[in-house]
Amino acid sequence: MSDKKEQIIREIAPGDLLREVEALNAGGYRIVQIGCTGMESVYEINYTFDKDYDLVNLRLTVEPGAEIPSISGIYWGAFVYENELHDLFGITVTDINIDFKGTFYRTAEKYPLSITRSGGDDSCQNV
Amino acid sequence: MPERIVVPFGPQHPVLPEPIHIDLVLEDELVVDAVPSIGYIHRGLEQLVQKREYPEYVYVAERICGICSFMHALCYCQGIEHIMGIEVPDRSRYLRTIWAEYSRLHSHLLWLGLFADGMGFENLFMRSWQLRERVLDVSEDTTGGRIIQSTCKVGGVRRDIGQEMLDKMHRGLDIFEEECRDLGNVFLNDETVKYRLQGLGVISKEEAYALGSAGPTLRGSGVASDQRETGYAAYGELGYKAVVETAGDCYARCAVRVRELYSSIDIIRRAIEEIPEGPIDVKVRGTPDGEYFSRVEQPRGEVVHYLLGNGTKHLARARIRTPTLANVPALVKMLPGAQLADVPIVVLSIDPCISCTER
Repeated sequence: MSDKKEQIIREIAPGDLLREVEALNAGGYRIVQIGCTGMESVYEINYTFDKDYDLVNLRLTVEPGAEIPSISGIYWGAFVYENELHDLFGITVTDINIDFKGTFYRTAEKYPLSITRSGGDDSCQNV
Repeated sequence: MPERIVVPFGPQHPVLPEPIHIDLVLEDELVVDAVPSIGYIHRGLEQLVQKREYPEYVYVAERICGICSFMHALCYCQGIEHIMGIEVPDRSRYLRTIWAEYSRLHSHLLWLGLFADGMGFENLFMRSWQLRERVLDVSEDTTGGRIIQSTCKVGGVRRDIGQEMLDKMHRGLDIFEEECRDLGNVFLNDETVKYRLQGLGVISKEEAYALGSAGPTLRGSGVASDQRETGYAAYGELGYKAVVETAGDCYARCAVRVRELYSSIDIIRRAIEEIPEGPIDVKVRGTPDGEYFSRVEQPRGEVVHYLLGNGTKHLARARIRTPTLANVPALVKMLPGAQLADVPIVVLSIDPCISCTER
Protein backbone atom coordinates (compact mmCIF):
# COMPACT_ATOMS: atom_id res chain seq x y z
CA MET A 1 0.00 0.00 0.00
CA SER A 2 1.45 3.37 -0.94
CA ASP A 3 0.49 6.84 0.14
CA LYS A 4 -2.86 7.51 -1.57
CA LYS A 5 -3.41 11.00 -0.23
CA GLU A 6 -4.61 13.61 -2.67
CA GLN A 7 -2.29 16.07 -4.40
CA ILE A 8 -3.83 19.05 -6.18
CA ILE A 9 -1.79 21.31 -8.45
CA ARG A 10 -3.45 24.59 -9.38
CA GLU A 11 -1.88 27.02 -11.84
CA ILE A 12 -2.43 30.63 -10.83
CA ALA A 13 -1.36 34.07 -12.02
CA PRO A 14 1.11 36.02 -9.85
CA GLY A 15 -1.57 38.63 -9.26
CA ASP A 16 -3.81 36.02 -7.62
CA LEU A 17 -1.15 34.62 -5.30
CA LEU A 18 -1.93 36.55 -2.12
CA ARG A 19 -5.67 36.04 -2.45
CA GLU A 20 -5.27 32.28 -2.97
CA VAL A 21 -2.83 31.95 -0.08
CA GLU A 22 -5.14 33.96 2.18
CA ALA A 23 -7.93 31.54 1.34
CA LEU A 24 -5.79 28.50 2.19
CA ASN A 25 -4.68 30.09 5.43
CA ALA A 26 -8.29 30.77 6.35
CA GLY A 27 -9.07 27.14 5.50
CA GLY A 28 -6.57 25.88 8.07
CA TYR A 29 -3.78 24.80 5.72
CA ARG A 30 -0.16 24.52 6.92
CA ILE A 31 2.67 25.68 4.68
CA VAL A 32 4.89 22.78 3.64
CA GLN A 33 7.31 24.39 1.25
CA ILE A 34 7.93 26.80 -1.59
CA GLY A 35 10.01 25.19 -4.31
CA CYS A 36 11.29 26.51 -7.60
CA THR A 37 11.96 24.63 -10.82
CA GLY A 38 13.99 26.24 -13.57
CA MET A 39 12.44 25.27 -16.92
CA GLU A 40 13.79 26.20 -20.39
CA SER A 41 13.15 29.92 -20.14
CA VAL A 42 10.85 30.36 -17.13
CA TYR A 43 10.62 29.40 -13.48
CA GLU A 44 7.84 27.26 -12.03
CA ILE A 45 7.30 28.05 -8.38
CA ASN A 46 5.25 25.62 -6.30
CA TYR A 47 3.65 26.82 -3.07
CA THR A 48 2.73 23.65 -1.18
CA PHE A 49 0.18 23.49 1.63
CA ASP A 50 -1.11 20.58 3.70
CA LYS A 51 -4.24 19.85 5.64
CA ASP A 52 -4.89 16.37 7.05
CA TYR A 53 -2.11 15.05 4.76
CA ASP A 54 -3.78 16.33 1.57
CA LEU A 55 -1.53 18.58 -0.50
CA VAL A 56 -2.56 21.68 -2.38
CA ASN A 57 0.00 23.26 -4.70
CA LEU A 58 -0.32 26.72 -6.14
CA ARG A 59 1.89 27.00 -9.19
CA LEU A 60 3.24 30.26 -10.55
CA THR A 61 5.12 30.54 -13.82
CA VAL A 62 7.38 33.58 -13.96
CA GLU A 63 9.98 34.97 -16.33
CA PRO A 64 13.52 35.66 -15.16
CA GLY A 65 13.65 39.18 -13.76
CA ALA A 66 9.99 39.17 -12.69
CA GLU A 67 9.04 40.18 -9.16
CA ILE A 68 6.67 38.15 -7.01
CA PRO A 69 4.98 39.24 -3.79
CA SER A 70 5.97 37.70 -0.47
CA ILE A 71 3.44 35.56 1.38
CA SER A 72 5.35 36.00 4.66
CA GLY A 73 2.67 38.44 5.79
CA ILE A 74 0.26 35.50 5.77
CA TYR A 75 2.60 32.62 6.64
CA TRP A 76 5.38 34.11 8.80
CA GLY A 77 7.70 31.13 8.27
CA ALA A 78 7.68 31.53 4.49
CA PHE A 79 10.72 33.79 4.73
CA VAL A 80 13.12 30.82 4.62
CA TYR A 81 11.76 29.65 1.28
CA GLU A 82 11.47 33.13 -0.18
CA ASN A 83 15.04 34.01 0.73
CA GLU A 84 16.01 30.69 -0.84
CA LEU A 85 14.21 31.67 -4.07
CA HIS A 86 16.29 34.81 -4.15
CA ASP A 87 19.63 33.40 -3.06
CA LEU A 88 19.63 30.25 -5.19
CA PHE A 89 17.58 31.31 -8.22
CA GLY A 90 17.90 35.10 -8.28
CA ILE A 91 14.13 35.64 -8.10
CA THR A 92 13.08 38.93 -6.54
CA VAL A 93 10.48 38.54 -3.80
CA THR A 94 9.07 41.81 -2.55
CA ASP A 95 8.21 42.68 1.07
CA ILE A 96 9.63 39.60 2.83
CA ASN A 97 9.19 39.96 6.59
CA ILE A 98 12.84 38.97 7.18
CA ASP A 99 14.76 39.88 4.04
CA PHE A 100 18.35 38.67 4.20
CA LYS A 101 19.11 40.51 0.95
CA GLY A 102 21.18 37.67 -0.43
CA THR A 103 22.92 36.49 2.75
CA PHE A 104 20.64 33.62 3.89
CA TYR A 105 22.51 31.09 1.74
CA ARG A 106 26.19 31.98 1.92
CA THR A 107 27.07 30.21 -1.31
CA ALA A 108 30.38 30.81 -3.07
CA GLU A 109 28.53 31.59 -6.30
CA LYS A 110 25.66 34.02 -6.58
CA TYR A 111 22.33 32.53 -7.76
CA PRO A 112 23.83 29.07 -8.44
CA LEU A 113 20.54 27.58 -9.73
CA SER A 114 19.51 30.52 -11.93
CA ILE A 115 18.46 29.59 -15.49
CA THR A 116 20.23 32.68 -16.83
CA ARG A 117 23.58 31.16 -15.94
CA SER A 118 25.00 28.37 -18.05
CA GLY A 119 24.84 24.85 -16.64
CA GLY A 120 27.55 22.31 -15.99
CA ASP A 121 30.82 23.39 -14.51
CA ASP A 122 30.98 26.77 -16.21
CA SER A 123 31.46 29.78 -14.03
CA CYS A 124 28.42 31.71 -12.89
CA GLN A 125 27.32 34.49 -15.24
CA ASN A 126 25.62 36.47 -12.52
CA VAL A 127 28.70 37.13 -10.42
CA MET B 1 17.40 49.86 28.86
CA PRO B 2 20.46 47.61 28.59
CA GLU B 3 22.77 48.02 25.65
CA ARG B 4 22.13 45.57 22.83
CA ILE B 5 25.02 43.54 21.47
CA VAL B 6 25.22 40.96 18.70
CA VAL B 7 26.95 37.67 19.48
CA PRO B 8 27.68 35.29 16.61
CA PHE B 9 26.69 31.67 17.34
CA GLY B 10 28.41 29.29 14.93
CA PRO B 11 29.11 28.35 12.21
CA GLN B 12 31.68 26.51 14.36
CA HIS B 13 30.37 25.68 17.83
CA PRO B 14 31.08 22.80 20.24
CA VAL B 15 27.45 21.56 20.20
CA LEU B 16 27.10 21.78 16.42
CA PRO B 17 28.90 19.20 14.32
CA GLU B 18 27.69 21.06 11.23
CA PRO B 19 27.82 24.74 10.27
CA ILE B 20 24.83 26.99 10.90
CA HIS B 21 25.25 30.61 11.87
CA ILE B 22 22.93 32.58 14.11
CA ASP B 23 23.41 36.22 15.02
CA LEU B 24 22.07 36.52 18.57
CA VAL B 25 20.92 39.98 19.63
CA LEU B 26 21.37 40.19 23.40
CA GLU B 27 20.36 42.50 26.21
CA ASP B 28 22.83 41.49 28.93
CA GLU B 29 22.54 37.69 28.58
CA LEU B 30 18.93 37.63 27.42
CA VAL B 31 18.29 36.80 23.76
CA VAL B 32 15.93 39.34 22.19
CA ASP B 33 16.34 38.37 18.54
CA ALA B 34 17.98 35.68 16.43
CA VAL B 35 18.95 35.88 12.76
CA PRO B 36 20.02 32.58 11.16
CA SER B 37 21.98 32.02 7.99
CA ILE B 38 22.96 28.82 6.22
CA GLY B 39 24.58 27.81 2.94
CA TYR B 40 28.17 27.23 4.08
CA ILE B 41 28.23 23.74 2.62
CA HIS B 42 25.46 23.88 0.01
CA ARG B 43 26.22 21.12 -2.49
CA GLY B 44 23.60 21.50 -5.19
CA LEU B 45 22.76 17.78 -5.13
CA GLU B 46 19.33 18.52 -6.59
CA GLN B 47 20.98 19.55 -9.86
CA LEU B 48 22.64 16.15 -10.18
CA VAL B 49 19.35 14.63 -11.35
CA GLN B 50 20.16 16.12 -14.72
CA LYS B 51 23.47 14.25 -14.85
CA ARG B 52 22.64 10.91 -13.22
CA GLU B 53 20.14 8.44 -14.60
CA TYR B 54 17.07 8.13 -12.41
CA PRO B 55 17.97 4.70 -10.94
CA GLU B 56 21.49 5.96 -10.11
CA TYR B 57 20.19 9.04 -8.33
CA VAL B 58 19.20 6.83 -5.39
CA TYR B 59 22.89 6.79 -4.43
CA VAL B 60 22.98 10.59 -4.52
CA ALA B 61 19.74 10.84 -2.51
CA GLU B 62 21.26 8.58 0.15
CA ARG B 63 24.18 10.95 0.49
CA ILE B 64 22.05 14.02 1.14
CA CYS B 65 22.32 13.14 4.81
CA GLY B 66 24.54 10.87 6.85
CA ILE B 67 21.84 10.20 9.44
CA CYS B 68 18.58 9.82 7.55
CA SER B 69 20.27 8.37 4.49
CA PHE B 70 17.83 5.47 4.13
CA MET B 71 14.82 7.80 4.44
CA HIS B 72 15.99 9.96 1.53
CA ALA B 73 16.42 6.88 -0.64
CA LEU B 74 12.98 5.64 0.40
CA CYS B 75 11.30 8.97 -0.31
CA TYR B 76 12.99 9.26 -3.71
CA CYS B 77 12.19 5.67 -4.73
CA GLN B 78 8.56 5.94 -3.64
CA GLY B 79 8.24 9.13 -5.69
CA ILE B 80 9.66 7.54 -8.84
CA GLU B 81 7.53 4.43 -8.30
CA HIS B 82 4.41 6.60 -8.02
CA ILE B 83 5.21 8.45 -11.25
CA MET B 84 5.92 5.20 -13.11
CA GLY B 85 2.99 3.31 -11.58
CA ILE B 86 5.21 0.61 -10.07
CA GLU B 87 3.75 -1.57 -7.32
CA VAL B 88 6.63 -2.97 -5.30
CA PRO B 89 6.32 -6.44 -3.70
CA ASP B 90 4.84 -6.65 -0.21
CA ARG B 91 7.99 -8.11 1.30
CA SER B 92 10.07 -5.15 0.11
CA ARG B 93 7.63 -2.73 1.73
CA TYR B 94 8.06 -4.51 5.07
CA LEU B 95 11.84 -4.58 4.68
CA ARG B 96 11.82 -0.85 3.90
CA THR B 97 9.75 -0.24 7.02
CA ILE B 98 12.14 -2.26 9.20
CA TRP B 99 15.22 -0.43 7.92
CA ALA B 100 13.47 2.94 8.14
CA GLU B 101 12.63 2.36 11.80
CA TYR B 102 16.16 1.19 12.60
CA SER B 103 17.31 4.46 10.97
CA ARG B 104 14.95 6.39 13.21
CA LEU B 105 16.27 4.56 16.27
CA HIS B 106 19.88 5.36 15.50
CA SER B 107 19.05 8.97 14.66
CA HIS B 108 17.08 9.55 17.85
CA LEU B 109 19.76 7.84 19.97
CA LEU B 110 22.40 9.98 18.29
CA TRP B 111 20.36 13.08 19.06
CA LEU B 112 19.68 12.03 22.66
CA GLY B 113 23.42 11.62 23.14
CA LEU B 114 24.20 15.02 21.65
CA PHE B 115 21.43 16.59 23.70
CA ALA B 116 22.76 15.04 26.90
CA ASP B 117 26.24 16.25 25.96
CA GLY B 118 24.83 19.73 25.39
CA MET B 119 23.37 19.63 28.91
CA GLY B 120 26.70 18.46 30.32
CA PHE B 121 25.29 15.03 31.24
CA GLU B 122 28.26 13.05 29.93
CA ASN B 123 27.44 9.54 31.09
CA LEU B 124 23.94 9.85 29.61
CA PHE B 125 25.57 10.86 26.34
CA MET B 126 27.80 7.77 26.43
CA ARG B 127 24.91 5.46 27.32
CA SER B 128 22.83 6.82 24.42
CA TRP B 129 25.60 6.24 21.92
CA GLN B 130 26.34 2.82 23.38
CA LEU B 131 22.77 1.80 22.56
CA ARG B 132 23.04 3.40 19.13
CA GLU B 133 25.97 1.13 18.33
CA ARG B 134 23.68 -1.87 18.78
CA VAL B 135 21.32 -0.44 16.15
CA LEU B 136 24.21 0.20 13.78
CA ASP B 137 25.35 -3.40 14.29
CA VAL B 138 21.97 -4.61 13.02
CA SER B 139 22.21 -2.26 10.03
CA GLU B 140 25.66 -3.59 9.23
CA ASP B 141 24.57 -7.23 9.64
CA THR B 142 21.54 -6.81 7.38
CA THR B 143 22.80 -4.35 4.74
CA GLY B 144 26.58 -4.31 4.94
CA GLY B 145 26.59 -0.61 5.82
CA ARG B 146 26.23 1.17 9.14
CA ILE B 147 24.81 4.41 7.74
CA ILE B 148 24.84 4.40 3.94
CA GLN B 149 23.02 1.16 3.26
CA SER B 150 22.19 1.21 -0.45
CA THR B 151 19.41 -1.33 -0.02
CA CYS B 152 16.56 0.75 -1.41
CA LYS B 153 16.13 0.89 -5.17
CA VAL B 154 13.43 1.84 -7.63
CA GLY B 155 11.20 -1.24 -7.75
CA GLY B 156 11.94 -2.67 -4.30
CA VAL B 157 15.04 -3.46 -2.28
CA ARG B 158 18.40 -5.01 -3.15
CA ARG B 159 18.79 -7.35 -0.20
CA ASP B 160 16.57 -9.68 1.74
CA ILE B 161 16.83 -10.56 5.42
CA GLY B 162 16.78 -14.29 6.13
CA GLN B 163 14.44 -15.82 8.69
CA GLU B 164 17.31 -16.71 11.01
CA MET B 165 18.45 -13.09 11.10
CA LEU B 166 14.88 -11.83 11.53
CA ASP B 167 14.47 -14.16 14.54
CA LYS B 168 17.74 -12.89 16.00
CA MET B 169 16.62 -9.27 15.52
CA HIS B 170 13.26 -10.06 17.15
CA ARG B 171 14.93 -11.65 20.18
CA GLY B 172 17.32 -8.70 20.47
CA LEU B 173 14.46 -6.20 20.59
CA ASP B 174 13.27 -7.36 24.04
CA ILE B 175 16.47 -6.52 25.90
CA PHE B 176 17.03 -3.48 23.67
CA GLU B 177 13.61 -2.09 24.56
CA GLU B 178 14.29 -2.62 28.25
CA GLU B 179 17.55 -0.69 27.96
CA CYS B 180 15.90 2.09 25.93
CA ARG B 181 13.21 2.42 28.61
CA ASP B 182 15.92 2.72 31.27
CA LEU B 183 17.58 5.42 29.19
CA GLY B 184 14.27 7.16 28.51
CA ASN B 185 13.47 7.06 32.20
CA VAL B 186 16.47 9.30 32.89
CA PHE B 187 15.59 11.76 30.13
CA LEU B 188 11.95 11.95 31.21
CA ASN B 189 12.18 11.76 35.00
CA ASP B 190 15.58 13.00 36.14
CA GLU B 191 15.06 16.21 38.11
CA THR B 192 18.19 17.88 36.71
CA VAL B 193 17.09 17.20 33.13
CA LYS B 194 13.56 18.44 33.81
CA TYR B 195 14.87 21.58 35.52
CA ARG B 196 17.10 22.28 32.53
CA LEU B 197 14.48 21.68 29.83
CA GLN B 198 11.00 22.44 31.07
CA GLY B 199 9.65 25.84 30.09
CA LEU B 200 12.60 26.47 27.76
CA GLY B 201 12.17 27.35 24.07
CA VAL B 202 8.39 27.20 24.17
CA ILE B 203 6.41 27.27 20.95
CA SER B 204 2.65 26.96 21.07
CA LYS B 205 0.52 24.53 19.08
CA GLU B 206 -0.90 27.35 16.95
CA GLU B 207 2.54 28.85 16.27
CA ALA B 208 4.12 25.50 15.39
CA TYR B 209 1.34 24.77 12.91
CA ALA B 210 1.28 28.25 11.38
CA LEU B 211 5.07 28.30 10.98
CA GLY B 212 5.04 25.07 8.99
CA SER B 213 7.16 23.16 11.52
CA ALA B 214 7.76 19.45 11.10
CA GLY B 215 8.44 16.29 13.07
CA PRO B 216 9.06 16.27 16.83
CA THR B 217 9.14 20.09 16.78
CA LEU B 218 5.53 20.06 15.56
CA ARG B 219 4.37 17.07 17.61
CA GLY B 220 6.07 18.38 20.78
CA SER B 221 3.69 21.34 20.54
CA GLY B 222 0.62 19.14 20.39
CA VAL B 223 0.02 18.76 16.63
CA ALA B 224 -0.61 15.13 15.68
CA SER B 225 1.09 15.08 12.29
CA ASP B 226 3.25 12.18 11.17
CA GLN B 227 3.50 11.01 7.55
CA ARG B 228 3.56 7.40 8.70
CA GLU B 229 -0.15 7.79 9.38
CA THR B 230 -0.69 8.08 5.60
CA GLY B 231 0.26 4.42 5.25
CA TYR B 232 3.27 4.44 2.92
CA ALA B 233 5.57 1.37 2.88
CA ALA B 234 4.01 -1.12 5.35
CA TYR B 235 2.68 1.46 7.83
CA GLY B 236 -0.79 1.06 6.37
CA GLU B 237 -0.99 -2.60 7.42
CA LEU B 238 0.95 -2.15 10.66
CA GLY B 239 -0.91 0.98 11.69
CA TYR B 240 0.65 4.01 13.29
CA LYS B 241 -0.51 6.79 15.56
CA ALA B 242 1.58 9.94 15.98
CA VAL B 243 3.41 10.46 19.29
CA VAL B 244 2.34 13.82 20.70
CA GLU B 245 3.35 15.99 23.65
CA THR B 246 1.68 19.28 24.43
CA ALA B 247 4.02 21.54 26.40
CA GLY B 248 5.90 22.81 23.32
CA ASP B 249 9.18 23.20 25.22
CA CYS B 250 12.59 21.51 24.92
CA TYR B 251 11.44 18.79 27.35
CA ALA B 252 8.38 18.01 25.21
CA ARG B 253 10.47 17.70 22.03
CA CYS B 254 12.85 15.40 23.89
CA ALA B 255 9.92 13.35 25.25
CA VAL B 256 8.51 12.87 21.73
CA ARG B 257 11.82 11.41 20.56
CA VAL B 258 12.12 9.17 23.62
CA ARG B 259 8.61 7.80 23.12
CA GLU B 260 9.28 7.36 19.40
CA LEU B 261 12.09 4.98 20.35
CA TYR B 262 9.46 2.72 21.89
CA SER B 263 7.06 3.09 18.95
CA SER B 264 9.86 2.28 16.47
CA ILE B 265 10.74 -0.87 18.40
CA ASP B 266 7.07 -1.84 18.38
CA ILE B 267 6.80 -1.30 14.60
CA ILE B 268 9.94 -3.34 13.91
CA ARG B 269 8.70 -6.15 16.14
CA ARG B 270 5.33 -6.34 14.39
CA ALA B 271 6.90 -5.98 10.93
CA ILE B 272 9.18 -8.94 11.65
CA GLU B 273 6.22 -10.99 12.87
CA GLU B 274 4.02 -10.13 9.89
CA ILE B 275 6.49 -9.88 7.00
CA PRO B 276 5.15 -11.91 4.05
CA GLU B 277 7.21 -14.29 1.96
CA GLY B 278 7.84 -13.43 -1.67
CA PRO B 279 10.03 -11.47 -4.06
CA ILE B 280 11.82 -8.31 -2.97
CA ASP B 281 11.81 -6.37 -6.23
CA VAL B 282 10.14 -6.04 -9.60
CA LYS B 283 11.68 -5.40 -12.99
CA VAL B 284 11.54 -1.69 -13.84
CA ARG B 285 11.00 -0.71 -17.46
CA GLY B 286 10.63 2.69 -19.05
CA THR B 287 11.39 6.18 -17.82
CA PRO B 288 9.50 8.50 -15.48
CA ASP B 289 7.19 11.00 -17.14
CA GLY B 290 5.19 13.12 -14.72
CA GLU B 291 5.55 14.77 -11.36
CA TYR B 292 4.95 13.90 -7.73
CA PHE B 293 5.51 15.33 -4.27
CA SER B 294 6.82 12.31 -2.36
CA ARG B 295 6.70 12.56 1.43
CA VAL B 296 8.23 10.40 4.15
CA GLU B 297 8.53 10.92 7.91
CA GLN B 298 12.23 11.26 8.68
CA PRO B 299 13.48 11.30 12.28
CA ARG B 300 13.45 15.12 12.15
CA GLY B 301 10.10 15.36 10.41
CA GLU B 302 8.44 15.23 7.05
CA VAL B 303 10.81 15.36 4.05
CA VAL B 304 9.46 16.28 0.62
CA HIS B 305 11.03 15.16 -2.65
CA TYR B 306 9.42 16.94 -5.58
CA LEU B 307 10.30 14.90 -8.66
CA LEU B 308 9.63 15.95 -12.23
CA GLY B 309 10.27 13.43 -15.00
CA ASN B 310 10.22 14.30 -18.69
CA GLY B 311 10.18 10.85 -20.21
CA THR B 312 13.96 10.58 -20.46
CA LYS B 313 16.37 8.64 -18.26
CA HIS B 314 17.26 11.90 -16.50
CA LEU B 315 14.75 13.75 -14.33
CA ALA B 316 14.08 17.36 -15.25
CA ARG B 317 14.04 18.45 -11.63
CA ALA B 318 14.30 17.27 -8.06
CA ARG B 319 13.54 19.67 -5.25
CA ILE B 320 14.09 18.45 -1.72
CA ARG B 321 12.53 20.21 1.27
CA THR B 322 14.14 18.90 4.42
CA PRO B 323 12.59 19.13 7.90
CA THR B 324 15.37 21.26 9.37
CA LEU B 325 14.67 24.06 6.87
CA ALA B 326 10.99 23.88 7.87
CA ASN B 327 11.96 24.18 11.54
CA VAL B 328 14.19 27.25 11.15
CA PRO B 329 11.25 29.70 11.54
CA ALA B 330 10.23 27.91 14.76
CA LEU B 331 13.80 28.21 16.03
CA VAL B 332 13.76 31.96 15.33
CA LYS B 333 10.60 32.18 17.46
CA MET B 334 11.94 29.95 20.26
CA LEU B 335 15.18 31.79 20.95
CA PRO B 336 13.97 35.24 22.09
CA GLY B 337 13.52 35.10 25.86
CA ALA B 338 16.18 32.43 26.38
CA GLN B 339 19.41 33.04 28.28
CA LEU B 340 22.62 32.90 26.26
CA ALA B 341 23.67 29.76 28.17
CA ASP B 342 20.49 28.00 27.04
CA VAL B 343 20.90 28.78 23.33
CA PRO B 344 22.78 25.54 22.51
CA ILE B 345 20.01 23.46 24.11
CA VAL B 346 17.25 25.32 22.28
CA VAL B 347 19.07 24.99 18.95
CA LEU B 348 19.67 21.28 19.54
CA SER B 349 16.03 20.75 20.48
CA ILE B 350 14.94 20.99 16.82
CA ASP B 351 17.61 18.35 15.98
CA PRO B 352 19.16 20.49 13.26
CA CYS B 353 20.58 18.54 10.33
CA ILE B 354 22.54 20.97 8.23
CA SER B 355 23.72 18.25 5.88
CA CYS B 356 20.06 17.70 4.85
CA THR B 357 19.40 21.41 4.66
CA GLU B 358 22.47 21.98 2.48
CA ARG B 359 21.45 19.28 0.01
